[in-house]
Amino acid sequence: MSASAVRVVEREFGELALNMGPQHPSTHGVLRIVLHLSGETVVRAVPSIGYLHRGVEKLAEHLAYDQLAPVFERDDYLAPTANSHAFVLAAEALGKIEAPRRGRWIRALVAEWQRIASHLVWLGTLGLDLGGALGGGTTLYMYCFREREKILDLMESLTGTRFHTNVNMIGGARYDLDAETAARSSALAAEIEAALPSLAALSGGTPIFRERTRGVGVIPKDLAMGIGVTGPTLRGSGIRFDVRRAAPYDAYDELPFEIPIRAAGDAEARFQVRMDEIVQSLGIVRRIVEGLPAGPIFSRKPLKNPKATKLPAGEAYVAVESPRGELGFHIVSDGGAKPYRLKISAPSFRNLQVVPHLLPGGLVADVVAILGSLDPVMGDVDR
Amino acid sequence: MAEDLPVVGQPRPPAGTALEEIAEEVVRFPGGGVALLRADALFHWAQKSSLWPLTFGLACCAIEMMATFAGRFDLDRFGVILRPTPRQADVMIIAGTVTIKMAPRIRTLYDQMAHPKWVISMGSCANSGDHYRNVYSVVPGVDHVIPVDVYVAGCPPTPEALMEGIFALQRQIMEGDRARA
Amino acid sequence: MPAPEIVEALRVRFGAEPAPLGVSLPAASLLAAMRALRDTYGYRSYVTATALERDGRFEVAHAVRDVEMNDTLFVRVRVQRDGAEIDSLAFVYAGAEWHEREILDLFGIAFRGHPDPRRILLPDEYVGHPLRKDFAIETPWGYRP
Repeated sequence: MSASAVRVVEREFGELALNMGPQHPSTHGVLRIVLHLSGETVVRAVPSIGYLHRGVEKLAEHLAYDQLAPVFERDDYLAPTANSHAFVLAAEALGKIEAPRRGRWIRALVAEWQRIASHLVWLGTLGLDLGGALGGGTTLYMYCFREREKILDLMESLTGTRFHTNVNMIGGARYDLDAETAARSSALAAEIEAALPSLAALSGGTPIFRERTRGVGVIPKDLAMGIGVTGPTLRGSGIRFDVRRAAPYDAYDELPFEIPIRAAGDAEARFQVRMDEIVQSLGIVRRIVEGLPAGPIFSRKPLKNPKATKLPAGEAYVAVESPRGELGFHIVSDGGAKPYRLKISAPSFRNLQVVPHLLPGGLVADVVAILGSLDPVMGDVDR
Repeated sequence: MAEDLPVVGQPRPPAGTALEEIAEEVVRFPGGGVALLRADALFHWAQKSSLWPLTFGLACCAIEMMATFAGRFDLDRFGVILRPTPRQADVMIIAGTVTIKMAPRIRTLYDQMAHPKWVISMGSCANSGDHYRNVYSVVPGVDHVIPVDVYVAGCPPTPEALMEGIFALQRQIMEGDRARA
Repeated sequence: MPAPEIVEALRVRFGAEPAPLGVSLPAASLLAAMRALRDTYGYRSYVTATALERDGRFEVAHAVRDVEMNDTLFVRVRVQRDGAEIDSLAFVYAGAEWHEREILDLFGIAFRGHPDPRRILLPDEYVGHPLRKDFAIETPWGYRP
């Protein structure tokens, strides 16, 4: 048969709607995305959330202020103290309560350790997503979790539990740092800093990782601002905004640290921002331990009846920089012992809105890279 | 080998991993051997030694489950390998709060698993709804949706507790109704 | 708080009054005021939207931010409880879309001109708006597995 007799038939198969269901190894929790595909290219993406909506904002109207901090730790479950930290700061702003310096520094110390632990989970699961659970990605996952276990051991020796540490209280910190734990903290910071180059080599140093993240999921500045993305996602698009600098809280106005910024806006930029943030957090942790002030850690009188604490009427919005971005609590109080209305401004909710804009035009393989680079936590999205 | 006392807090894998412990009679001769055992002992031994869970984490307990599967607590040495699809999974570990939006999907996933299948309810939210049990959008416990074999308590349960739960399931599979909890 | 000249301009052009954490506007001038904030006064970044029920009326507060000047402004409007309807900001700030869906899901406030007015956190068939003050938290939903 000669070449001129070959007939080429082109067929259009139309769009395929593929459900990336709430149970999926790569959706970082119970996120559902309906992908409309034309061949391998995503034409439209419709995310669906709410599979972990636990009504925490309504629950907050029924619990006393001092009871509430542990409840919020279950929202963003990769950095639990960030939630209770923001709540405690908002309640302190409302009640004009000043926590003592040592208590504030200990809160910042735990917050930074949890930032490092959260970024290690992000990196490990990114490895699982991009490398495959039964393939090379598991190597990165195992190494990241090995480092994270050391951090959880430190948390356990300081607070008694691994990650829902319950260290933040309205008026200070619950657990004090003794000399031995402080020394362990500094030694661990050195250990993790020594382990970072191998983690970076396993991820960003490999050509496949670079190919899958470079130029993928670019968020232009206008889209980033209009949607309101926050955290490393925002800083990966070149916008310099970090709550620790914009509205400093606890120890951050006294500690020198840098804010990593990248201009490219793609998944690789967000990856590099988070890796740099781990290094910065290790530096902050060292400085906190070196400069920890002496004194009490809790400034209010011992709580005889925790349910009786009343905060004056008014409104307060205070945010912290969680590993995902700006986590803000807006508390409206009517002068009673329970919040009248409590609204959580969740960074993962804001970041996830960018998904219908980023996924179309890319391949199915880019979906996991983009979701991994956004680092959503569904407890934070759905509350 | 001398009988080692378990380290406090370290769960002890159940007895019944060696052939001599589950077979009625074992004869070894040069070049091979013969073991005489009841069929269900053989099948249960195989099932409990290769429990493949579904990767299904809902909330914070999923992170502790991930830590249990990672290097330090390593469940792979007990034959536990995660499978992403319910069609290839034996056990479903419900790790996290069950909401009304998620409950029908959990039921679908459970129905998609092939027999024999088991369910481990991990954490207080899956056991009873924890402090969310009165909330409008939460199902107070996954046993309202699917039958549960083992309940692991904790918020979140430590990896050792989850391992003990998996060992309890292994005892249940091996010994049936006469298993001690 | 924004610079005094911005507050004065909002008062003169749109009838804004001081309110907790920012300003409050009549519902009719919300859309024009937000466009002006975005284009003229530099509040180009969207933060979040809060709703609450107070004194028998709903308040919806949109928070927007001027990143260069580092100022976060809460703009709130009040509407009556029954048949509450507010202009949607989804075409002014892209990030308002999901926040408004959450408010319509949990409070039942309708947003005029919203591109996708569906529930977001609760199942589509759910009846009721949980964050209203007359909704008991233990309201069981007739769940059938």
